[in-house]
Amino acid sequence: MAPSPDPAGHDALLSVQSVTMRFGGLAALSEVTFDIRPGEILGLIGPNGAGKTTMFNVMTGVYQATSGEVTFDGTVLRGIDRYKITRLGIARTFQNIRLFPEMTALENVIVGYEAHSQSGVVAAMLHLPVHRREEREGRQRAMDLLRFMGIADRANDAAKNLPYGYQRRLEIARALATNPKLLCLDEPAAGFNPAEKIELMGLIRKIRDQGYTVLLIEHDMNLVMGVTDRIVVLDFGRKIAEGTPTEVRANPAVIAAYLGVDSDAS
Amino acid sequence: MSSAPPMPTEDPDRIASHAGPPTAAAKQVFGQRMAAASATMRRWSDAWARLPTVVRWSLLGLLLVFLYTLPLTKPWPIDTPGTDLAGVLGGTVVPYVVVALGLNVVVGMAGLLDLGYVGFYAVGAYTLGVLTSRHANLPWLLCLPICIVVSMVVGVLLGAPTLRLRGDYLAIVTLGFGEIIRLLAERLDWLGTINGIQGIGPPPNVGPFKFGVLNKNSFFYLGLTVIIVVYFFLKRLENSRVGRAWTAIREDEDAAELMGVPTFRFKLWAFAIGAAVGGLAGMLYAGKAGFINPDGFKINLSILFIAAVVLGGPGNMPGVVIGGIVVSYLPERFRFLNTSRYMWFGIALVIMMIFRPQGLLPRRAHGRTQPPDPPTFEDVKEGDPDLEGGAHGALA
Repeated sequence: MAPSPDPAGHDALLSVQSVTMRFGGLAALSEVTFDIRPGEILGLIGPNGAGKTTMFNVMTGVYQATSGEVTFDGTVLRGIDRYKITRLGIARTFQNIRLFPEMTALENVIVGYEAHSQSGVVAAMLHLPVHRREEREGRQRAMDLLRFMGIADRANDAAKNLPYGYQRRLEIARALATNPKLLCLDEPAAGFNPAEKIELMGLIRKIRDQGYTVLLIEHDMNLVMGVTDRIVVLDFGRKIAEGTPTEVRANPAVIAAYLGVDSDAS
Repeated sequence: MSSAPPMPTEDPDRIASHAGPPTAAAKQVFGQRMAAASATMRRWSDAWARLPTVVRWSLLGLLLVFLYTLPLTKPWPIDTPGTDLAGVLGGTVVPYVVVALGLNVVVGMAGLLDLGYVGFYAVGAYTLGVLTSRHANLPWLLCLPICIVVSMVVGVLLGAPTLRLRGDYLAIVTLGFGEIIRLLAERLDWLGTINGIQGIGPPPNVGPFKFGVLNKNSFFYLGLTVIIVVYFFLKRLENSRVGRAWTAIREDEDAAELMGVPTFRFKLWAFAIGAAVGGLAGMLYAGKAGFINPDGFKINLSILFIAAVVLGGPGNMPGVVIGGIVVSYLPERFRFLNTSRYMWFGIALVIMMIFRPQGLLPRRAHGRTQPPDPPTFEDVKEGDPDLEGGAHGALA
């Protein structure tokens, strides 16, 4: 886990190579390059409008990059259906919660689990053994994930009736259910108070310890500093810094981006 | 409940005590009604689930006996004055119920507005017509799978290019599709033009059950059996990965796709299955009527089909069965009102939609998939539901 950049990307799980994303005349991302290494928690930070969520959307196939490419686990992510990208092993949560409101917490998670299901319409109609086995395993795995996230007591409640904190956790559980190699969290602590934020960061570390690689978007710098291994800083669609939290904190460009002007911070 | 406000929403029990801004008042009343109705639904279905298995099966058995003997007993409030009850049930009600079940897959479960469903109904009916009368003389039983497959293929052909469209756009395209099918039947000599097709083959006689103009009871028995079989298979789909995928697509298509649901494939499946069931309904109708022409497949029929689903409660299978019965049976029951009966029917629909917009039996979208084992005491201890974002246990 050396902090030095690795441009060749040999050991990278996901590699972003000079990605540019234009919407009309506006370049939301210009020539952004960085790697995510297996097993790390990478923070993607920047002031509002820096292009963090756009980067996310390029990585998960919601947008097609104007130029440049994203390579995940040896596969170039271009022109691949979004659901297939999820099956390759990238899962995400949403900045503004997007659960399936009428489904129960358990069912939300099972939908994620079923990203890798083999059984289809015929198997379900005839109750074939593969269908029965997957039903059973899906429920079991979903329940385990709800327990892991500490929200199993409301497994049978409709997602829309869950408290806000539960909904945020449920999103993470649903993403984990797709069995990802890379878990992308888009401001998972939004709307949390400081104590809750700290708890969530502990949970993210726990998720990493289970063997997942985590990409974390957050604009609260202090928060990111505590949990991430490395940080990439975006500002106006450009990468302005990359390194360990300590390095990034000391970087004058980062300080300028966050405070607007040079500051006396050392 | 597609009109549910964005999350986070409140507990249905709490909505009543919530005083929203005046602009939201109407929406709130609406929401209250929806919540109350679905809570009632939940209580009923929970009560049903709590009954001992023996009792449930006995009750279902009694219901079946009641239904199968309807043409013989002809109980007073149900019997249709002036027409034979068996004829009404077998010839009108049965196809509508099958249609409602099929359309419910598309509209209720997957949330795709299909305004041209009559097209599939026509495809099923005309396939039977072509194969048993106009161009061939195949047995009805052989035509059964052919009609289903042909309708299914037509469903896929319509769905493949159009299911990339969403909402209103899909509705417009399907509306056009229904008309195209009817116009083809009207123009193509091969399909009998405006004269239609006569002498369509009835189902084969089985023992005492004969299928002719005078054997109305047999058609009802056959139709009821088909309904039960279709219901059984669709229920299995609803309670499976497929049903969950449809619900996910209906609630948030983008999120579903990003969670690994192949949305296009499942929407196409919904269309194909809906089309197959619609074709089956058309085939039942044509086999009973023995005669079809393009006038029988006009656009207003599509609207009536949608009405059956919306009235019964989209996404609720018992609901849409009732919807199908109401839409087809009531106009026959009140035939004595003569020409004004459709006006009364329309008024009833409007009143119904004002006071019960969620349908007779509202959808119960969640809670079909039960956990492998109920939440344990430890789970409850771990996450305190009163503490937003609580669950300290998970971090220990």
